[in-house]
Amino acid sequence: MKLEAIRQVKGTAVPVPGDDIDTDRIIPARYLKCVTFDGLGLALFFDERFGEGGKPLGHPVDAPEYKGSRFIISGNNFGCGSSREHAPQAIIRAGYDVVIAGSYAEIFFGNSTTLGIVCVTLPDAERAELTALVKKDPKTEFVLDVEVRTLTAGGKTYNVGIKDGARKAFLDCTYDSLAQLLTGREQTAKLEAALPYRF
Amino acid sequence: MGKNLFQKVWEKHLVRELPSGQSQLFIGLHLIHEVTSPQAFAMIRELGLKVAYPDRTYATCDHIIPTDGRERPFADPMAEEMMQSIERNTEEFGIKFFNPESGAQGVVHIVGPEQGLTQPGMTVACGDSHTATHGAFGAIAFGIGTSQVRDVLATQTMTISPFKVRKIEIKGRLGDMVTSKDVILHVIRKLGVNGGLGYAYEFCGEAVKNMSMEARMTLCNMAIEGGARVGYINPDEVTFEYLKGRPYAPKGEEFEKRKEYWKSIASDADAEYDDVVVFDASEIEPMVTWGINPEQGIGISESIPVPVNETMKEALEYMKFGAGDKMEGKKIDVCFIGSCTNGRIEDFRMAAKYLRGRKAAPHVRALAVPGSYEVKALAEKEGLDVIFKEAGFEWREPGCSMCLAMNPDRLKGDQISASTSNRNFKGRQGSSTGRTLLVSPVMAAAAAVEGCIADCRKTFGGVK
Repeated sequence: MKLEAIRQVKGTAVPVPGDDIDTDRIIPARYLKCVTFDGLGLALFFDERFGEGGKPLGHPVDAPEYKGSRFIISGNNFGCGSSREHAPQAIIRAGYDVVIAGSYAEIFFGNSTTLGIVCVTLPDAERAELTALVKKDPKTEFVLDVEVRTLTAGGKTYNVGIKDGARKAFLDCTYDSLAQLLTGREQTAKLEAALPYRF
Repeated sequence: MGKNLFQKVWEKHLVRELPSGQSQLFIGLHLIHEVTSPQAFAMIRELGLKVAYPDRTYATCDHIIPTDGRERPFADPMAEEMMQSIERNTEEFGIKFFNPESGAQGVVHIVGPEQGLTQPGMTVACGDSHTATHGAFGAIAFGIGTSQVRDVLATQTMTISPFKVRKIEIKGRLGDMVTSKDVILHVIRKLGVNGGLGYAYEFCGEAVKNMSMEARMTLCNMAIEGGARVGYINPDEVTFEYLKGRPYAPKGEEFEKRKEYWKSIASDADAEYDDVVVFDASEIEPMVTWGINPEQGIGISESIPVPVNETMKEALEYMKFGAGDKMEGKKIDVCFIGSCTNGRIEDFRMAAKYLRGRKAAPHVRALAVPGSYEVKALAEKEGLDVIFKEAGFEWREPGCSMCLAMNPDRLKGDQISASTSNRNFKGRQGSSTGRTLLVSPVMAAAAAVEGCIADCRKTFGGVK
C-alpha cells in the first residue's frame, strides 16, 4: 500500500495498443485463485505474453527496451469488464504507476485510484504521437505532473485529463479512502437508524 | 420537476460529501463471495477493525466452486484455500454464509434476490461487476473492487460520485422467442461497450413492463457490459409479487408498510434525465455475438459487419470468422446454459420447453448449470433436469461454472461455445484461444440441437 502523496511521476513508457482492453486480458481469471495479491505482477497480460507451453509471444511489456517502465500507454475504455481489483494490483505489482488511455471503465478507474495508480486521459492523436516517440526511443523520459495536469515527453508538454477527485486525493494523500470513511462513523450510524429497511 | 429513482435512492443513502469532492454513500446490503473478499478481510483484520454492520452483509461462494463433485477438500488446493478462507472470515466476523450445506448456496446475484435480500430503494454493493443485476428491483447496485469491499465491511459505506441517468425506453412488444438477453445485447450493440460510462441506465417502456423479474434481472445484469455501472427498473406489482414470501422479505403488515417506501422511490412521471434513448421492441431479433466484446453482436438474420476499426479486425482474427459471414450455421463445440445472467429458473424453463423430446447434436458438450440450489431444486421438482439429461445435457451443481472458468469447467483449445453468460472476451471461458458466442437460453438450446448457431425461431417452429 502506497501512503505518500503523489505529485509527480517520472519514468519510461511501454505501449500496449488496443481499445477495450478488459480486465480478463489484464489478468486471466485463473490467477484470481489467491487469498493475497502478492505475486500477481507476474500474471499481468499473461495470455497475451505467453502462448502454449509458456512460449513468449513478444508482448511489449516483455521487450528488453521497455523493462522498468512506469507508464503504460493504451487505447480507449481501458479496464472494462470484471470488477476484479486483481487487475490494477497486477499492474502496480509489475511496476507501473501511471496508465495513459483515452478513457477508463469506472470500476477499474476507482480501483486503480485507491491503489495509487494514476489514470490519465489523452486524445487518440496525442497517444499515437507518444507511442511513436517511445517506439523510436524507448528511453524517452515521461514526467507526469499531477498538480498542474501535464505530461512532458520528448520536449513537448501535453495537458492530460485527470478527474478532480482523484487528483485531489493523490495530492492530499487521501486516495486510500478508508481513513476518511472511518471519521464518518457517527453520521453513518444516524443514517442507518433512519433507513426504512433492515433484515 | 420530479426526481428519478437514482436521485431519490442516492439522497436517502448519502452520509456526507467528503473533502475529496466524492460522496460517502451508505450501503444497505453488502453481498460477498470468495474471490474478492479474502484480501479485504485480511486488511480489516490487520487494522484491528470489525465488520461495522454484519447483519447487512451476506456471503455465498460461486466463482471457484466445482459444479460436479463437492467433496471436501476440493481437488484444487487453491479453491479449497479460498473456501476455507470465506468459512473462517464469515465465522469470525459473524456474517451469514449461504454455504452448500445451507441449501441456499449459488451465484451471488441469484441468491440475493431469491432470498428476498434485494429489495427496491436499497443501495447494494458486491465485489463483482454484475451487481447491476439487483437494479431489476429498483435498487441502486454497484460492482466494487476489493479495497471498496474492505471499506464497506469496515464502515458500511463507500466513496463514490453520483452518475448521470440515461432513460432507455423499449417501446412495444418483443417478438416470439426474443428475450431480455436479446434486448440488452441489442442495446449494447447500439450504444457501445463504453456508451454508458458515467451513467446509470434506467430501463423502461412496454417491453420492460411486461418482463418477469427473472427477465428484468438479465437485462440489468449486463448494463455493465455497456459501460454503465448501474442499471435499474422502477419497482411495480411484478416486483412486489416476486418478493412476497421470500425468506428475508418483510412479512404481513410490515410488507405493506415497506411497499409504501418501495412505491415512493420510483421515478416521478415528470422526472428529469440526462439523456433519453428509445428502442423499438419489434426491431429486435434473437442476437448472437461474433466478436470479443459484447458490443460485437448481430441479429441472427444479419451478417458479420465489415471491420471499421482495429478492435473489429482483432476480433475477426481471434474468432477466425470473416466479414460478411452469417453466424447461422457456425459449428459449436460447447453449449453452456447458466451464470448470473441466465442461470435462473425461468431460463431453464424456457430452454427445457424447447428441448423436450429433442437431443443435442452428438459433437456438442452441453452443460446446464443452475444458478443456485433453489433453482436446482425447483427445476428438479418440475422435472426439467430429466428433460435436459434426455437431451444430452450434463445437469450440474450450482455455481458460476464456465462463465469465467475459475473452476474446472473450461473450454479447450479454440473451442467455440454458445453461452448464456455475459462476456465474450478473449480467453474468458478458460482457454486463451477459446471462443465465446453470447446468446439467450432459447438460442443456446437451438445451437445445441442443431450443433451450430441457428435461428431458434426456425429450429423450434416459431417462424411461419
